[in-house]
Amino acid sequence: MKAVEEEMYQQEGTHIHLIPTNKFKTIHLIAKFKAPLTRETVSKRALLPYVLRQGTKSYPSRAALENELDELYGAGLGIDGGKRGNSHILSFRLEVANDKFIPHAPNMLDAAVELLKEVIFEPNVKDNQFDEDIFNRERETLKQRIESVIEDKMNYAQMRLIDEMCEDEAYALHVQGYLEDLESLTSSDLYSYYKQLLAEDQLDFYVLGDFDTDQVKNKLADSFVRKQHGSAPEQTSEPRKQISEVREIIEKQNIQQAKLHIGYRTHCTYEDAGYYALQVFNGIFGGFPNSKLFMNVREKHSLAYYAASRLESHKGLMFVFSGIAPEDYEKARNIIELQLKDMRAGSFEEDILEETKGLIINDILETLDHPQGIIELLYQQILSGKHAEVDDMISGIRKVTKDDVIKAANSIEEDTVYLLTNNGGGEDA
Amino acid sequence: MHKDQYETIGETIYKEKLPNGLTVALLPKQEMSKTYAIFATNYGSIDQQFVPLGGTEEIRVPEGIAHFLEHKLFEKEDRDVFQDFGRQGASANAYTSFSTTAYLFSATDNIIENTKTLIDFVQDPYFSEASVNKEKGIIAQEIKMYDDQPDWQSFMGTIKSMFRNHPVNIDIAGTVESIQDITKDDLYTCYNTFYHPENMTLFIAGNFDADTMMNMIQDNQSAKSFAPLADIKRSYPDEPEAVAEKEKVMKMAISIPKCIVGIKEASVPQEPEAFIKRDLYLDIVMDHYYSKGGAFYQDLYQSGLIDSSFYYETTLEKNFGYSMIGSNAQKPDCFAEKVMAQLLSLKDAKISEADFEKLKKKKIGQILRSMNSLEYISNQYIHYQAVGFDFFQLIPVLESVTAEEINAFLNSWIAEERLAVCKIVPENS
Repeated sequence: MKAVEEEMYQQEGTHIHLIPTNKFKTIHLIAKFKAPLTRETVSKRALLPYVLRQGTKSYPSRAALENELDELYGAGLGIDGGKRGNSHILSFRLEVANDKFIPHAPNMLDAAVELLKEVIFEPNVKDNQFDEDIFNRERETLKQRIESVIEDKMNYAQMRLIDEMCEDEAYALHVQGYLEDLESLTSSDLYSYYKQLLAEDQLDFYVLGDFDTDQVKNKLADSFVRKQHGSAPEQTSEPRKQISEVREIIEKQNIQQAKLHIGYRTHCTYEDAGYYALQVFNGIFGGFPNSKLFMNVREKHSLAYYAASRLESHKGLMFVFSGIAPEDYEKARNIIELQLKDMRAGSFEEDILEETKGLIINDILETLDHPQGIIELLYQQILSGKHAEVDDMISGIRKVTKDDVIKAANSIEEDTVYLLTNNGGGEDA
Repeated sequence: MHKDQYETIGETIYKEKLPNGLTVALLPKQEMSKTYAIFATNYGSIDQQFVPLGGTEEIRVPEGIAHFLEHKLFEKEDRDVFQDFGRQGASANAYTSFSTTAYLFSATDNIIENTKTLIDFVQDPYFSEASVNKEKGIIAQEIKMYDDQPDWQSFMGTIKSMFRNHPVNIDIAGTVESIQDITKDDLYTCYNTFYHPENMTLFIAGNFDADTMMNMIQDNQSAKSFAPLADIKRSYPDEPEAVAEKEKVMKMAISIPKCIVGIKEASVPQEPEAFIKRDLYLDIVMDHYYSKGGAFYQDLYQSGLIDSSFYYETTLEKNFGYSMIGSNAQKPDCFAEKVMAQLLSLKDAKISEADFEKLKKKKIGQILRSMNSLEYISNQYIHYQAVGFDFFQLIPVLESVTAEEINAFLNSWIAEERLAVCKIVPENS
């Protein structure tokens, strides 16, 4: 038996994905709209989730929409945007309890499909624009959100690293939008962009849970009809960045703990043959509590509570991040560099290689116990254009050799070092 | 082995209280890939004053010691337990809250072996002066990380403004100063007192066979010897009903002020069913007024006093309880004034029968949704176990709650002297 059953088919410009499983007490509907990440559209796509969440044509206020969700046994509705590589994804998520577990409950799946369709295709629009009051109020909400980015120091430091490292690349765009773009945006601009998005974005629609497949297909054929066809322009690829020397950026704020974030180019993405080796490399280097970064920066030198690395798999980046005392900057940076050097020289045991593979496989399998996790895992295939069953991923990881990992380590290039520190720490940039 | 079947939700729990006092509960779910196991002691940051096992005099231990102990239990004379789990493909973790310390792992393979590792490492402490000192640097960075998080600071600030004497008002991790005093002997004293099996619960949910698992646990436990059972004598200072400080103002490097209104509970019912009902009343009432469809939320939203960061929560523990309503607020004083006026108006308010039925429906759906997560089920089970309640009875108890009960609670809930306000304002304001 395959780890995940997924049935895929095309319906009127929509890729439908049905994932029958009896693991959960709920049914999940997720619609994902994909378009290239651009400065022209990023702030609009950032604002849309806020405006759309405030109501629909039939439920024109937040209270009316919430009431409808409550009636569906406290169904959860979320709309959010995010970037994956150079794509901007807008996701609509609706989660309802499976009526199997509620005596005398109505057919929840049909009601859920109807509601999600309404939220996506029948927004609260008058005279070809979103309700003006809602638009203005939500624009303010988003502006405050943008202004408060600085509060979460880890996110802020990560954002600043990418700003500097990917300057002039689409990936540096802020998915939360820009204050100056919002200033000049009108409600009718936003609605006309939304119509364009509905017409042009690639749409993938996922249904996951314990349901009758034929019943869902009929329901979707009847009511989830997209009048338009996805024709979003394809992603344009960017030239490989030439790194002549590692950039160091030091910024100061009145904070207790310094944040050291380092960005690397992996030159390897999800669809590449070397990706499994890169995953194993990342695991040994800084992916788990037995990794080199954790064992050395934290356990051996007591410099930090966290020290880890993470991959961005669609753009081909790796990030290292750690929270340290401001005065320990040079020391921490040297220890991190030494770990990478060790990895490149093959200075790690076969044992840790096998352990790490086990942990990565465990992570993949655990993802299969989370409804959203399963869908995100499957959506990776849409983003990368590479079809890989869960079993293929697992055997891909298992086959990675020590030489593969050394090769991955040697193809990684350090790009930018970013330090957010206090007035006493670091040297002047 | 005691077997409890919960037919509506389709779950079966196997339970056993072992001769040494340990409570074991198993929830086999063969449809899942993974297993999540949690081994918890009824001991947290509030357990500051107690009579040590075998002693006669009450002692007071340094702030943050429960959390410190949690860190140090992973380190053994010859190794770090994270590596044992790593070798067995499991990912391990731990947390310390006000009243619980819990150790956990999740894994998709070697479940019996991993469970043994979990039990054995928690029941086999090894503390040395050198390793205790080494940990101080790591925990200092953990504390400093929290120092820079405005949301955590506003949460703890609100707790401190509500509670004058109760040790819930101390930071869970302690302070950089208080942890300097911790010695290996202190750790052994706390360990011996609070890690007795009688004070602990082991809960395992996921893909395993209940009989094999229970046999292993029984064999493992009967091979070890523990001190005779004794009641743990903990003491908590008297806490007045009124809040400690009506208003607290702190300054941080933020862009938008934050404001929280805290509601301190006058008392907590001790009988399990009464406790759970109180917990549900608080939940339902807050949900009715402050969820996004609620009248009070709508009022705050329309007045432009809140943004998307708005949140509310309620916590009820055996010997303290509180609720919080907070948001980023450009006008924190107006926000606080309005929320307090809303709360005070509840003494004459009434939730209609129809609204109440809808709230119940919503809550049932939410409980079912949350039951998708093995982590959630396990953590809730442990939480309710501490007050003697069976988490899986939550839906039946909820169904038995009447609108009359809710309204009686609603009208007596709020008193002005039990309300506190905590504000965080930008540094240069």
